[in-house]
Amino acid sequence: MLLDVLTAFVDELREAGIPVSMVEAIDAADALRFTDIGDRDAFKATLGATLVKNERHYRAFETAFEVYFALDRSGPGDGTGEDAGGEDRPDRGEQRNRGPQGQGSGGGGGGDVDLDALRQALFDAMRDADMAALRDLAGEAVDDLAGIEPGRPVGGTYYLYRTMRQLDVDGLRSRLEASLTEDADGGLDERLGREEAAARIAELRSELEAEIRRRLVADRGREAVAKTLRKPLLEDVDLMHATRTDLVDLEQAIRPLTRKLATRLAQRRKRRRDGRLDFRRTVRRSLASGGVPIDPVFRAPRITRPEIFLLCDVSGSMATFSRFTLQFTYAMNAHFSKLRSFAFIDSLDEVTDYFAVGSDFGEALHRVSTEAKVVHLDGHSDYGRALRQFWEQHGHELTPRSVVIIAGDARGNYRSPHAEVLAGVRRAARGLYWLNPEPRAYWDTGDSVMGRYSVHCDGVFEVRTLRQLEHFIEQVALPVPSVRS
Amino acid sequence: MELTGPAEVRAALRDVEYLADDRISQVVYLAEQLGKPILVEGPAGVGKTELAKALSTIFDRRLIRLQCYEGLDESKAIYEWNYKKQLLRIQAGGEEAWGSLEEDIFSDEFLLARPLLEGILSEQPVVLLIDEIDRVEVETEALLLEVLSDFQVSIPELGTMAARTQPLVLLTSNNTRELSEALKRRCLFLHIGYPTVEREQEILLARVDGLTEMLGEQVARVVSSIRDLDLKKAPSVSESIDWARTLLALGIDRVDSDVLDETLHVLLKYQADIDTARRELVEA
Repeated sequence: MLLDVLTAFVDELREAGIPVSMVEAIDAADALRFTDIGDRDAFKATLGATLVKNERHYRAFETAFEVYFALDRSGPGDGTGEDAGGEDRPDRGEQRNRGPQGQGSGGGGGGDVDLDALRQALFDAMRDADMAALRDLAGEAVDDLAGIEPGRPVGGTYYLYRTMRQLDVDGLRSRLEASLTEDADGGLDERLGREEAAARIAELRSELEAEIRRRLVADRGREAVAKTLRKPLLEDVDLMHATRTDLVDLEQAIRPLTRKLATRLAQRRKRRRDGRLDFRRTVRRSLASGGVPIDPVFRAPRITRPEIFLLCDVSGSMATFSRFTLQFTYAMNAHFSKLRSFAFIDSLDEVTDYFAVGSDFGEALHRVSTEAKVVHLDGHSDYGRALRQFWEQHGHELTPRSVVIIAGDARGNYRSPHAEVLAGVRRAARGLYWLNPEPRAYWDTGDSVMGRYSVHCDGVFEVRTLRQLEHFIEQVALPVPSVRS
Repeated sequence: MELTGPAEVRAALRDVEYLADDRISQVVYLAEQLGKPILVEGPAGVGKTELAKALSTIFDRRLIRLQCYEGLDESKAIYEWNYKKQLLRIQAGGEEAWGSLEEDIFSDEFLLARPLLEGILSEQPVVLLIDEIDRVEVETEALLLEVLSDFQVSIPELGTMAARTQPLVLLTSNNTRELSEALKRRCLFLHIGYPTVEREQEILLARVDGLTEMLGEQVARVVSSIRDLDLKKAPSVSESIDWARTLLALGIDRVDSDVLDETLHVLLKYQADIDTARRELVEA
């Protein structure tokens, strides 16, 4: 029985995009022998340790876990309230008697006395950080307010918002903030109080979510619910069409990537041997082996810091993507002492200063759109003009240590591409890479002139997802002819 | 020491002042039972290496540590022939026949056991810590596979050396690059993130003598709030311990904006981060 659920669970993980090998599935089953199945946390830890080997996948794992093993905690739905004992809060029994009559509560909820009692009970539970009570109350709230319609194939977000609206969660939050910052003196205490309030509200939200999910699973079965909840893994989200929340998560995920790029570039510097023999140290070392130089010493290569020039198309069609590349730029600043960034639409302007270390990203983004001179005529991308401008104004600053990265869709609105400029850039710099957020199949269709540019680049990459960005970073690390400086 | 379940692991770790959460104790218990290596991942300073040290104490095993770095190779990680000694032996042997000489110079005496070989040849079981595995190149990583899955090392001249006792292996990674699938498959995966406020408070109380409960809670809450800011380098657990010690040394029993302002540099190591924190927390 457990094995069946495990197999189905592993299937679900694979469907969600998490690579789970045969061996790992067997390991999980094996490890369960040493796990107290009754202890949900231990059970989860076991499955997590054996099946998920990348922290970025952990959230998808958690979602699936909640769906597949939610029922194991206690009985579904109504079973929860009973064992917790409700004497201390009389309003609870009262509520239960009303039964799930959700549909009607949408209109009549406001004037309901029960609703006020429920709000008060929730507030008390959150103020006292009483998680057990919070869980029970969340169950009640969902019973009474969510108005779950059996058989409807939804993921539950709708029910969640419906419940939260009726509970007046915003009102609860302000009350909670007021109560937690009551005897605060000074800004620090107040801030901590507010954060605490936000954390407890988040707790409530996740309890509500869990309750709704539990009911959905009871209604439609695990597979169906898991399927509606399934989201592409963060690394597969299309950057051109990323939602707001995706972008926030992406921002988190970018940071380790830039560090990776930095280490990659640094590694390449260090790994190659210069090849020149350090004669003095070789002779010195050979004394230990009776004068036979069995352990030759080579000179360490000189370490050079790469300079990065990043050119980013910020036109309207690229809005989401450019936000992402600028975010990447911003994060890269921490790792490269010499990073110069440029933004362009039909005119190019240097924006390095906006993204200086310690600056605020949102503000920098705002400055790019308001202060930077990126529009010359009409605000339609003109790659030819922008590139020529880069070459004329900054071409002489390129050295054999420079790496130029251009991010854009190469759609120049049928204006002259001036691809010959790139040939010059490539000669002057160590490397020239182009990141294009469009699917490869669309390149060179319509006004895209990717092909004209790509012949001059050391590498052209389709970067629509985080995974592809990672791929690019791995590729850039491949050895290129070394440069003597 | 025999451990009968994750709860015991947790209790034992607590005795050596390592406060594990459910995930950590369960994974450690599994690793012990299944004889699998643990791959520990997480930001710097959350106690990855510390865990290995704590385990070596509670199991009463020697800790053998292999610090990884770029360019680490077989001869530094597993074994190496002591060429110099071999050469001297050949010179000293004079006219000796090659056959016996060869047998002699490729024997244990001329073998330099590096951490991995040392770990599996040990008479007493050990805790083997392979630190910062993400620093070695992918090719070097492959060398570890034989050791990690079969606990044996093949030396062409001597044959296969199998482990006498099974070591408890921990690998740590700061995730600067993706480790190979093959390696991950062989390990139990354990991500250690920053602790929750409650756990951090416990850690502080356990590690800092003389810390009051109230100050501990304040420190934990402020640190957790700072970690939520957009920083280059978030304060690690070890830094929050340092901060708590600093506060104690200064005779401070309550954290307020002024105290925070004066001691921020203990928690944050970049001027930009200090500025951000000051803007957000002190001047708010």
